[in-house]
Amino acid sequence: MLLKPHTFAFADGRQPAPAYVAQANGYARGIFGVKEGETDWSAVMIAVRDAGDRAAFAQLFRHYAPRVKSYLMKSGANAALAEECAQDVMTTLWQKAAMFDAERASVSTWIFTIARNRMIDMIRRDRRPDPEPAPWDRESEPDQAEVYAAAEESRTLTAALADLPEKQRRLIQRAFYGDLSHSEIAAETGLPLGTIKSRIRLALDRLRARMSESQ
Amino acid sequence: MKMQIRHHLNDQLLMTYAAGNLPEAFGLVVATHISLCDDCRARLEAFEALGGAVIEADEGEDLGEEALARVMARLDVPVVVAPVVSPLGRRRKAVLPGPVAAYVGGDLDGVKWRSLGSGVRQAILPTSRNATARLLYIPAGQAVPDHGHRGTELTLVLRGAFRDATDRFGPGDLEIADEDLEHTPVAEAGEDCICLAATDAPLRFNALVPRLLQPLFRI
Repeated sequence: MLLKPHTFAFADGRQPAPAYVAQANGYARGIFGVKEGETDWSAVMIAVRDAGDRAAFAQLFRHYAPRVKSYLMKSGANAALAEECAQDVMTTLWQKAAMFDAERASVSTWIFTIARNRMIDMIRRDRRPDPEPAPWDRESEPDQAEVYAAAEESRTLTAALADLPEKQRRLIQRAFYGDLSHSEIAAETGLPLGTIKSRIRLALDRLRARMSESQ
Repeated sequence: MKMQIRHHLNDQLLMTYAAGNLPEAFGLVVATHISLCDDCRARLEAFEALGGAVIEADEGEDLGEEALARVMARLDVPVVVAPVVSPLGRRRKAVLPGPVAAYVGGDLDGVKWRSLGSGVRQAILPTSRNATARLLYIPAGQAVPDHGHRGTELTLVLRGAFRDATDRFGPGDLEIADEDLEHTPVAEAGEDCICLAATDAPLRFNALVPRLLQPLFRI
């Protein structure tokens, strides 16, 4: 596969420092809309991807490895297996850093998909067929507005999840931990999927825009 | 050419697929539909983003002291990253979308069909056994034997079209049938119909003979 090196630059053409946190960088706050005190994980991941920045990787590890371990345990792994797989997931993150597409997904979403695939392998002992890559994924150059939109959507979704009543939030979490069967999900009328409908509409608009660009 | 897809994946299937909890055979049907349908691709991405939000919101489980050091030490070990399968996507004239082609090991000419009688043919695809995936070949104008279901059956049209009591299903359309649906899909006149179908329980045929054949063909 021809993976074009991603270029990343601020609006004025400056390249970002190898590792940085939005908190310490006024430009990033302006571009990514990250609030004071929040870490811009996309920027940290881009530092890993484009500069092989180990400090940035360690920062991602401290934040995400415990979350991945917890996800795997809630999906049925014992602590030892979850610990081992969480380390594998983070190693994969480093190895496949070139595939990180900030336009397409936030870091948490990307890590979730890597962890999920590992979970299917190691816990479900099943296989997961992947869709064909979308045609526009192979060609398009990253666009800062899209990177911003993807990060913003992800933040909105995380906030929406946090704002749900406890009972509804638990349902969504259980669905992702494989704690609800397919038929339980089908029967579960209380699943608050309305909260992601706006996210779906946004994603659809972005896909359509990318499609028309690539045609 | 864009397909006019009218019958899509529902939220339950997409969410379960995004969460990684669908049996492989169902996952194959979902992945194939998404390969053909941009709307469902966008919806899948939204569900995956929801998975990301679930991870982000988690309080986490502490790892051992040495975990970070151990992973940092691994970073320099060179790895061979497996090439992405079919980087150029489907060959232009291929009938089978990428995910199906990967199971067949080629396009339509690579399918090892077995006859079910009346020109109807099937090929079971090698998935894990908690559910079964098969390709079905129904000659134009021909009916698939009347059958009901104990579990869920997903049928995705890859070429041609079929009709049953509920509607018409053309290329890219997905029919989601539960155990209440007794149906006799009939391929439309004109083009032979090729479908990808997945079931999580054996089908129940209403005529005696096909029922006897069932164990033979793993229908």
